[in-house]
Amino acid sequence: MGLVTPEFGLLFWMVVSFSILLWLLGKYAWKPILNALSAREDSIEKALRSAELAKSEMLKLQAGNEKLLKEAMLEREKIVKEARELKDSIIRDAKNQASLEAAKVLEDAKAAISRERAEAVEEMKSVISSFSLEIAETILKEKLSSDQKQKEIVNRYLENVKLN
Amino acid sequence: MAHKNSEMLKVFRISTLILFWLTVSISGYSNNSPSEKQGESTVEKFNASKLIMEHIADSYEWHIATIGNFHLSLPLPVLVYSQQSGFHCFSSSKFHHGQESYQGFQIGAEGSKYAGKIIETGKDGSEVRPIDISITKNVASLFTSIVILLVIFLSIAKRYKEGFDRAPKGLQSWIEPIVLFIRDDVVKASIGEEKYLRYLPYLLTVFFFILLNNLMGLVPILPGGANLTGNIAVTMILALFTFATISFSGTKDYYMHIVNAPGIPWWLKLPVPLMPIVEIMGVFTKPFVLMVRLFANITAGHIIALGFYSLIFIFGEKSVYAGYGVSVVSILFTIFMGLLELLVAFIQAYVFTLLSALYIGMALERHESHEGHLENSH
Repeated sequence: MGLVTPEFGLLFWMVVSFSILLWLLGKYAWKPILNALSAREDSIEKALRSAELAKSEMLKLQAGNEKLLKEAMLEREKIVKEARELKDSIIRDAKNQASLEAAKVLEDAKAAISRERAEAVEEMKSVISSFSLEIAETILKEKLSSDQKQKEIVNRYLENVKLN
Repeated sequence: MAHKNSEMLKVFRISTLILFWLTVSISGYSNNSPSEKQGESTVEKFNASKLIMEHIADSYEWHIATIGNFHLSLPLPVLVYSQQSGFHCFSSSKFHHGQESYQGFQIGAEGSKYAGKIIETGKDGSEVRPIDISITKNVASLFTSIVILLVIFLSIAKRYKEGFDRAPKGLQSWIEPIVLFIRDDVVKASIGEEKYLRYLPYLLTVFFFILLNNLMGLVPILPGGANLTGNIAVTMILALFTFATISFSGTKDYYMHIVNAPGIPWWLKLPVPLMPIVEIMGVFTKPFVLMVRLFANITAGHIIALGFYSLIFIFGEKSVYAGYGVSVVSILFTIFMGLLELLVAFIQAYVFTLLSALYIGMALERHESHEGHLENSH
């Protein structure tokens, strides 16, 4: 029964070499391989979970963005409206201011003109009076020879002066 | 004529009662001496059972081919310890294929108790078997397979060490699904989430060792061709490793269950301990069945394939044309057997691993959860 009788030599070598194989593979092959496999699985699981998280986060972000956009749009409209109002009021104010200013300028001008006129009249009066005095003096100097003449001359001048 | 009749009978045996025939062929094997076969193969009648047995059994040299009278074989180292003359180490080529003796040693003749094994003549003239740890064909094949396993798995492990996030490549992508399958569907499923990691390296090693040697057994020439997993010594050691693992990891519950199985009527235990006897037998039949299953499956596959080849020469001896004719059928059948054996190589490796894992899982089972904290420490 050679086939079913185990040989001592093969038993011996099998025990020795299989033990060595077990030890070597266990220490240098299975440990890193199994560790790497489980590490890979962990990382895949983690990645999947974080992807899911990122997805929901993105959805949330998207909703936030939309809200923000809507708010911004409203804000813009408000700002534009305000600006238009501001523009209108500025223009209105400017117009008012300008008309007021114009009126004031007109008034001032009128006042200045009347004042100038009064001054000119005054000056004219003083000049006329000094002229009259000079005239009177010359006339007096020249024609005070006769009283008649003097009177005539004075009257004539006076007549002229009354023009004013 | 009588000879032809016996040959016909043998054909009948090969093609019909393969497993039963196994025992018959062993007796047929011991009728011829190996030296006869080596020297006179051209004149000798073809002997199918001898050819098959020589391919299945262990040998001191690694036979590659025989062309005419020239034997091409790889001689292997012989390591023997004799109680008379001490330790000897020499090449098996010194025996000249079993025809000569060397240093008082020779290969046992057919018909002797130690046919095909190294023997020496004792003081009283009887044949004595020395302690023989020769590197036989099977041992050389064992070493080769271990070197291949180490090369494959250490190189793969190196790639895994480079970083777990790298995609598998080459051999790694071939091995990785198998490792994952063994881990998830065999070991984790049988032993459980908690403790499977401790037994995983052993079971993976067993699986790949059996698988590789099954496959190498299918390769007809060097470095394959040795029938390693079809050798009872190899399967015995594998089964013993599993047995030791089961026994050392057995919980208190496991042993209590053997002595006093719960849920069984007391009269099956008390006056005659019937159930304990059955349970104790079960402890030893588990590894025994593991041993026999692998051995028988692989050996039977080899015998059938070789039987189909032998048919060619059996018919060829009668008529060359019959030999050619049968060869077509034989080769087709052998190809079919080869493919079947390829499947069996995977199945047997899987079955051995699965059953080992299941037995370990059974030994780890606990019935009362409050004892668990004490049990966890071992």
